Amino acid sequence: MTAPILSVKDLSVTFDVRQQGAWPWTPARKLHAVNKVNFDLKPGECLGVVGESGSGKSTLARAIVGTVPTSGGQILVDGRDLASMSPEERRVHRRDVQMVFQDPLAALNPRMTVGEIIAEPLITHEPNTPRAEVKKRVSELMERVGLLPNLINRYPHEFSGGQCQRIGIARALILRPKLLICDEPVSALDVSVQAQVVNLLMELQRDFGLSMIFIAHDLSVVKHISDEIVVMYLGTVMEQANARTLTTKPSHPYSQALISAVPIPDPVLERARPRAVIEGELPSPLNPPSGCVFRTRCPKAQASCAGDRPALLDLGNDHTVACPFHEEVDVLAAAV
Amino acid sequence: MYPDKAKMESLVEATELAEVRGRSLWSDARARFIRNKAAVGGLIILILILAFSLFGQVFQAWSNEAIDWKLVGRVTQIGGPSFENGHYFGADDLGRDLYARVVQGTGISIMVGVVGSLVAVIVGTLYGATAGYFGGRLDNIMMRTVDVLMSIPFMFVLILMLVIWGRSITMLFVGIGLISWLDMARIVRGQTLSIKNKEFVETAVAIGVRPFTIILRHIVPNLLGIVVVYATLLIPGLIMAESFISFLGLGVQEPMTSLGALIQGGSKQMLYGAWWQIAFPLFFFLATLFAFTFVGDGLRDALDPKDR
Ligand code: SF4
Repeated sequence: MTAPILSVKDLSVTFDVRQQGAWPWTPARKLHAVNKVNFDLKPGECLGVVGESGSGKSTLARAIVGTVPTSGGQILVDGRDLASMSPEERRVHRRDVQMVFQDPLAALNPRMTVGEIIAEPLITHEPNTPRAEVKKRVSELMERVGLLPNLINRYPHEFSGGQCQRIGIARALILRPKLLICDEPVSALDVSVQAQVVNLLMELQRDFGLSMIFIAHDLSVVKHISDEIVVMYLGTVMEQANARTLTTKPSHPYSQALISAVPIPDPVLERARPRAVIEGELPSPLNPPSGCVFRTRCPKAQASCAGDRPALLDLGNDHTVACPFHEEVDVLAAAV
Repeated sequence: MYPDKAKMESLVEATELAEVRGRSLWSDARARFIRNKAAVGGLIILILILAFSLFGQVFQAWSNEAIDWKLVGRVTQIGGPSFENGHYFGADDLGRDLYARVVQGTGISIMVGVVGSLVAVIVGTLYGATAGYFGGRLDNIMMRTVDVLMSIPFMFVLILMLVIWGRSITMLFVGIGLISWLDMARIVRGQTLSIKNKEFVETAVAIGVRPFTIILRHIVPNLLGIVVVYATLLIPGLIMAESFISFLGLGVQEPMTSLGALIQGGSKQMLYGAWWQIAFPLFFFLATLFAFTFVGDGLRDALDPKDR
């Protein structure tokens, strides 16, 4: 087995939340955005992370790129612990891990031209590159992601959402990073554009030999592109398996619910299939349920679920699930 | 009817190869500014006044220091505006040419305003952006310092400084420069707080751009709009402050002059019927203030993203 390019061990991220008008000396409340998350990513593979908004998946991404401080655990990129690096080493190391953001326009500085935006990582990490070379590489990459290179002097607000996302992708790829983290890269886009961007990402992943983390709240998008899928709920991993197992034979009640939320384009099958609907709202992460965090909405919850937090059970074949009452449900294989 | 194939190809080539020049937010703003009549009017007046203060000397028949002995003692009777003796704006109570003095005074008043506001732009922007971007304790220390400085009654301190270290134009610049950036620092810090949470700043952090480069490349250009507006609106305030101090007799000293000093001189003579001694400086004073204010308002409307 090859060594993982990224391995996340017991990663936790907590935020201090201060109440409005509280005394300065009252301790801040802790918000556990990410709670003891573990996974490995093999080189050249794509890991999908799925969960509702508020499940901590974006925070997880930000912790890996390092824009959010971690409060526990380790992030190893290529076997090196990010926390043990000096700030300058860390800064230099950032070239290997790049990110694509959810809101394509907000991620582009409105006062810079597209060329400047895409070239920024290059200029930052290889400041001595001659200008002609920078321009050549930017143009090549623009062409590669499906933008006309003659638009190089345009400004972001002159582009559509899908084009902005291509600009963001080009910027993330100009340094040929080892790891690309896509934080809901398509959820702000029109449905028709989503597929194009996902296809582009898949092509680029193959051509550049990228390892990728692909985050989305929509399982139907993730399963196309991912080799492995992690399902998160309230900052905790619920189930992890390879994409095929997870989408066809999910074991965790939450994954099953997520999958049944994906509509099937065939009305007959759609009506006939079993549904596990989850009700209620996502509990506040400031005050998560004891034991299994999903128990307030779980259709199979038992009294014992409120006790200890369920451990991740290994079902073999790299399939883990955090529920002692898991059972395999065969979703219609063609369904999703 | 088919279009000429060669022509079509050259057209295709032309559209493909020519790099399209983008429409920057600045050029959008310029278009909006030009549509604003009051602002353009203000800008034209401002340019005229600037030209007057820079090139007005070319037309003057008398230097600003020369005394016209023919008029001494009889200024109120025969010192009025007249083209025959070369005193277009009349003479002041000492018999000096008022035109030459208004040219000089306008120049100095505008210079005080512009220099003060430049200091505000440079110091205030960098200070505010640094405090806002780094946040935390640094922000606290930096902004509390500003609060403390602001709580000092500035006019009082400025007058004290001028009394202690002598009345000189340098002192005036130093004094006005010292206080003008405080408001700017606060405004810029507030803007920085909202800009630094934008995703493009986070992207820059993730890329590994150094913090000061982020401030200069990503933060400052995005708050330049508000800085420009505020700086333009600050100029009339500073001109007014200078005039007030000069009016008290503490500002610019003879033989230099400013609009405030001229108005002060003119106000004393008004009772004796020498209306021109206050009318001309006051006209230029008000015109300058209005012009700057209109231009500032126009800039704000043009640069304000909410109107889009
Ligand atoms: S542990 Fe209990 S509450 Fe949690 S998912 Fe399993 S059955 Fe549901």
